[in-house]
Amino acid sequence: MSTLSDPPAESFRLSQLINDTRYRSITFQFLALILMVFAMAYLGWNLVQNLAAAGLNISYDFLGEPAGYDINQTLIDYDSRSSHWRAAMVGVLNTLLVAVLGCIMATILGVFVGVLRLSPNWLVRKLMSIYVEIFRNVPVLIWILIIMAIFVAVLPQPRDFRGDTPEATMLFDLFAFTGRGFYLPGPGFSAEWAAGGTGWLIVIAIIIAATIGTRKLGAWASKTQEATGLRPTTWYITLAIWLVPLLLAFVVMGLTWEIPALKGFNFQGGIFMRNSLIALWFALSIYTAAFIAENVRAGILAVSKGQTEAAASLGLRPKRIMNLVVLPQALRVIIPPLISQYLNLTKNSSLAIAVGYMDLTGTLGGITLNQTGRAIECVLLLMLFYLMISLGISAIMNVYNNAVKLKER
Amino acid sequence: MSDTHSHSVAYVRESMLPEQEPPASAVGVTAWVRENLFKGWANTLLTVVAIYVIYRLLAGALPWFLGGIWTTSSLAECREVLQGATGGCFSVLTERWNQLLFGFQYPSDQYWRLILAFLLLGAAAAPILFNHLPRKMLFFTALYPFLAFWLIWGGTILAPVMALAGFVAGFFAYKRLEHQSVAMGALAFVIAAAVTWWIGGFISGAAPGLLALEPVPSRDMGGFMLNMILGVVCVSLSLPFGILLALGRQSDMPIIKWICVIFIEFIRGVPLITLLFVANVVLAYFLPPGTSFDLIIRVIIMITAFASAYIAEVIRGGLAALPRGQYEAADSLGLDYAQATRLIIMPQALKISIPGIVNVAVGLFKDTTLVSVISMFDLVGMIRGPILASTEWNGVYWELWGFAVFLFFIVCYSISQYSQWLERQLQTDHR
Repeated sequence: MSTLSDPPAESFRLSQLINDTRYRSITFQFLALILMVFAMAYLGWNLVQNLAAAGLNISYDFLGEPAGYDINQTLIDYDSRSSHWRAAMVGVLNTLLVAVLGCIMATILGVFVGVLRLSPNWLVRKLMSIYVEIFRNVPVLIWILIIMAIFVAVLPQPRDFRGDTPEATMLFDLFAFTGRGFYLPGPGFSAEWAAGGTGWLIVIAIIIAATIGTRKLGAWASKTQEATGLRPTTWYITLAIWLVPLLLAFVVMGLTWEIPALKGFNFQGGIFMRNSLIALWFALSIYTAAFIAENVRAGILAVSKGQTEAAASLGLRPKRIMNLVVLPQALRVIIPPLISQYLNLTKNSSLAIAVGYMDLTGTLGGITLNQTGRAIECVLLLMLFYLMISLGISAIMNVYNNAVKLKER
Repeated sequence: MSDTHSHSVAYVRESMLPEQEPPASAVGVTAWVRENLFKGWANTLLTVVAIYVIYRLLAGALPWFLGGIWTTSSLAECREVLQGATGGCFSVLTERWNQLLFGFQYPSDQYWRLILAFLLLGAAAAPILFNHLPRKMLFFTALYPFLAFWLIWGGTILAPVMALAGFVAGFFAYKRLEHQSVAMGALAFVIAAAVTWWIGGFISGAAPGLLALEPVPSRDMGGFMLNMILGVVCVSLSLPFGILLALGRQSDMPIIKWICVIFIEFIRGVPLITLLFVANVVLAYFLPPGTSFDLIIRVIIMITAFASAYIAEVIRGGLAALPRGQYEAADSLGLDYAQATRLIIMPQALKISIPGIVNVAVGLFKDTTLVSVISMFDLVGMIRGPILASTEWNGVYWELWGFAVFLFFIVCYSISQYSQWLERQLQTDHR
């Protein structure tokens, strides 16, 4: 004689906010949010009070004022009357310059060392692991300072190139390696309309067009191969796509090379790379290469021997095994850490300030900050710039990871 | 049948011949050399190049090192003694030894405190590093931070004792309320500790002379000791924060998750040096007016924040690598979130993360040299500043930088070797 009664109605009780796991997370989040807001408000209030006490305000007007200091290595026109914003831009370009140069050299060196670490030769293997261990385990700041010291101490000064029997000579009469920096021949255009940046813009446009053209050509060749079974020979077309427009452009615009020449106590003309740039570049490359070498080694080891053997048993030739089987698998392991090493290198390039290379940390975070006293604004801009680079590189990495990840069910 | 067979063949050997020695080229040193150094012309070429490189390195470094001078008092004297012969001027190391290790402002009659703190660090770290040591040593490890603070900074012993008392009071409060919920326990911990510290402040203020060592202000810290202090303090502090951040980032609560994600990505996106700028020139604006934190404490705050973000990412990797079944198994046992995390998830996730954590620790220790950029006198700062700028030692680059490389290499290399050893110790799967 039992009747089914309705289950007790779900009524919300306050204690559920603490004891019921369904609602407890809301309580926690609410508390976290409140705490966060209070912390922010507290810090902001302190900031307002401190600024008021110091008679300061937050303003970015200083960016438009003349900087009043010189920068000794610039990629764009700059003098001491230019604005602080212009100085910051010079710094940005200098940061990017040393980062790109460093990434290229670190990759080459790192791949080389990583492959040699797997060499059958015992001596070479040991030598390379000593290199990797020594460079990985010592701060990069010390390496930057050491290489800078080596540069200044070992290489001749410009004055040593003077006289009838100079102590030092230029390499092929084209390159001068001095303790002050490297002097290299600089390309330029004699045609008037191409003299400024225009000529280089045209060259860049041609290179982009050639890249697209080559890709189109490759796609066409693959299509033909699938249709007919024969792959058309394309290498001379590729060569033509790359060389003919470039050479034509160089002839039309009148490419000239400016050779550095000794005038007085210093070299004039050509491209000048300061010792600080070169020391930073080398140090960052050598240091990062030690890490890249380990990534490369791990990537190659990660492809199991069975893959190579299986490919061989299918009748693939060694070159195709490398290109079609081993490399795609190794690259999937190598590239994500490689990109994060690039990121590290870019961030480490902020140590330029230790050798006086004027990157963004040296201009905006160094002299501009000290001259204007606008610490909060400068440091904020500095952080935003690096954050943008980092997030950009992470975005690229995510796209790549999605493209190459194992396609599973 | 066998008879017929034996008759049909002219000769049958009835005993085995003894095994012959392998040819000399296939065993021992010769074989090893042939296999590893001179297998094919490319390999031989590599060997020759490698031997040449080694020869050049040794020919440059050995005479310089062996002919070194250790007992003069300036570079000029060194050059006089050497008279043009090859040799390093290592006397800069012996003469400036204390400066390199302890900085140039720490009172020299108090060096014993630093040495004692360093030796005790070994004793305190040992039970954490080596699992088979008696567990009772962990008590000393827990005491060590307070002892080290007293030894290094000096002042009355009451301050660190009161700090310790706060933690002890907090611990007992937590134990009392733990059975209700971990959150309640944590709250009790905070309240009890805060009350004890508040009272402790009066007590240590009342008797500033009790067992007092000569107080040394933070700005007098320097040399390799400063690197060690920053490295040890920041790594130990960043571990708990890193674990919390990693758990926060993995959590189901969107607000907490996003707070953690933004913090981690922001910190990882900027170079450490900008964070040090923050510590140097910006952080003071955000602290209450009238208070002044030591530069060293501001730097410790920023480096800890930096390291926590990196450690959080490493631990997140460990959490992600755990099979889903572990979480589900913990749930099915009826463990709540705190228990499951403490007993099931974290021990395994941390084990997976050990190599990554050690990498971060080594990287962080190397990065402590960056403080020289904001004019603190750590080892690099000492070398660049007071030593290379002095008239006696202006120009002694190689010896000083070689010493710095040596010190950092020893520390970082031993840490990474230790982590490899630990990985092998903790390996429980059969591979």
